[in-house]
Amino acid sequence: MKKNIAIIDYGVGNTHSVKEAIELLDFDVIISDKPEKLNKADALILPGVGAFEAAMNNLRERDLIAALNKMVLEKRKPLLGICLGMQLFADDSEENGLHKGLGWISGKVKRIQDEPKLRVPHVGWNDIDVINQSPLFDRLQNKRNFYFDHSYHFVCKDEKTVAAKVNYGKGLVAAVKKNNIHGVQFHPEKSQITGLRLLKGFLNSI
Amino acid sequence: MLKKRIGAALIVKDNWVVQSIGFKKYLPVGRPEIAVEFLNQWGIDEIILLDISATKNKTSVSPNLVSTCAKYCRVPLAVGGGITRIEQMENLLHSGADKITLSSSLGSNKNLISAGARQFGDQCMVAVIDFIRTEKGYYEVFDYLTGKSSGKSVIEYAKQLEQAAAGEILLQSVDRDGNYTGFEIELYRQVCNHVHIPVIALGGAGKAKHFIELFKNTEVSAACAGNIFHFTEHSVNMLKAQLVKEKNKIRMETHADYAHKQFDDKGRLLKEDDQYLKELLFIKIEKEVI
Repeated sequence: MKKNIAIIDYGVGNTHSVKEAIELLDFDVIISDKPEKLNKADALILPGVGAFEAAMNNLRERDLIAALNKMVLEKRKPLLGICLGMQLFADDSEENGLHKGLGWISGKVKRIQDEPKLRVPHVGWNDIDVINQSPLFDRLQNKRNFYFDHSYHFVCKDEKTVAAKVNYGKGLVAAVKKNNIHGVQFHPEKSQITGLRLLKGFLNSI
Repeated sequence: MLKKRIGAALIVKDNWVVQSIGFKKYLPVGRPEIAVEFLNQWGIDEIILLDISATKNKTSVSPNLVSTCAKYCRVPLAVGGGITRIEQMENLLHSGADKITLSSSLGSNKNLISAGARQFGDQCMVAVIDFIRTEKGYYEVFDYLTGKSSGKSVIEYAKQLEQAAAGEILLQSVDRDGNYTGFEIELYRQVCNHVHIPVIALGGAGKAKHFIELFKNTEVSAACAGNIFHFTEHSVNMLKAQLVKEKNKIRMETHADYAHKQFDDKGRLLKEDDQYLKELLFIKIEKEVI
């Protein structure tokens, strides 16, 4: 039977292209903001393009936070956060003021430090360095070129939760992992075949 | 290592992709979604879809058009044309766009880019500046609605847009649009020294040499071209192969990488010798499994 994936719809983010990518890999996908529907899925995806505060407000308005805590922390449903979706796992973010996050992976979201010669946002194709193996990287076959587009980055409190880093300035977190919770700073849905390989790795692991 | 991006500017006029020459003449190419599909297969790094008829027709780039194109787009898609309101941006992002480009509306209202950045993040906002070089060698912002220079300094304007929270700046040369003589290197060098956000060059690309010179002499993060990518099979990966040969840091992941091929000085592929072509008949190419 085909596995069923649910993309969490919370009003920000490009849900469309994530859906297209997963359908291409031959999985059933729904986009929903209803906890009962999300609950039935085999895995969840939290996409995101947008600003931190707006995203957290939208989750709150849709009464999703308690429901997600239950699914992800208690039932241990596999979850992949993409870009802002990953940053929401943090304790808090300093994007346009200080805002509380979901607090699933201990750490803070900070602006990429302005150094001479370093342009912010970090936009473009960059190589990731895998630090802790994760099923996400199983099918990459030595390719590790992904599309990044972000001005803020996740600073993990516990180094063990860092799955991959990317060489930009002093080095930024590119992927996080804690139990069933996976997150990537880059956009696998926009990283051509390499991105599809990463998504397939995650989907095969559920 | 962050790579230099090679982007395609898809100029759309009344729902057709066109080649544009000097912001005046237009040659029809075909349907946008077909162009998007091929550019993807050929390994483009980013697509920027600009609807140049939108502002004149008092509409904005169509969300339907964007969603049709996004279906075939596995790389970032920036869209623009006639956007004046946050709701339009939201609608376009939901239709599959990854970034929003703003151009003429910024002339009267720079707050639009700040408001967009607050809602969607600054990484989502691309400011487009069309510019001309005056006889005295100054660079001035061009207003395509009046067809004249607005007299504003490009560098000052770029700095203002950075202040207003633009995530990237795309600078398009009007003089070089469609003339294949290379990029306006001097301007890009100056702008890169004055802003800290990524700068994208567009206008004048004719062959690989132009990209090589641009990357060598400036700090631009991306170079875009429009016309040269049309009407030639594998135009993107053949261009990239020539850049890789000159040790440029470019993403090259297409199966056809043209690694050991020879090109003439116009960038056209030279014929292989007969013995090699004969052997090619017996090489089995496996289909890629994701």
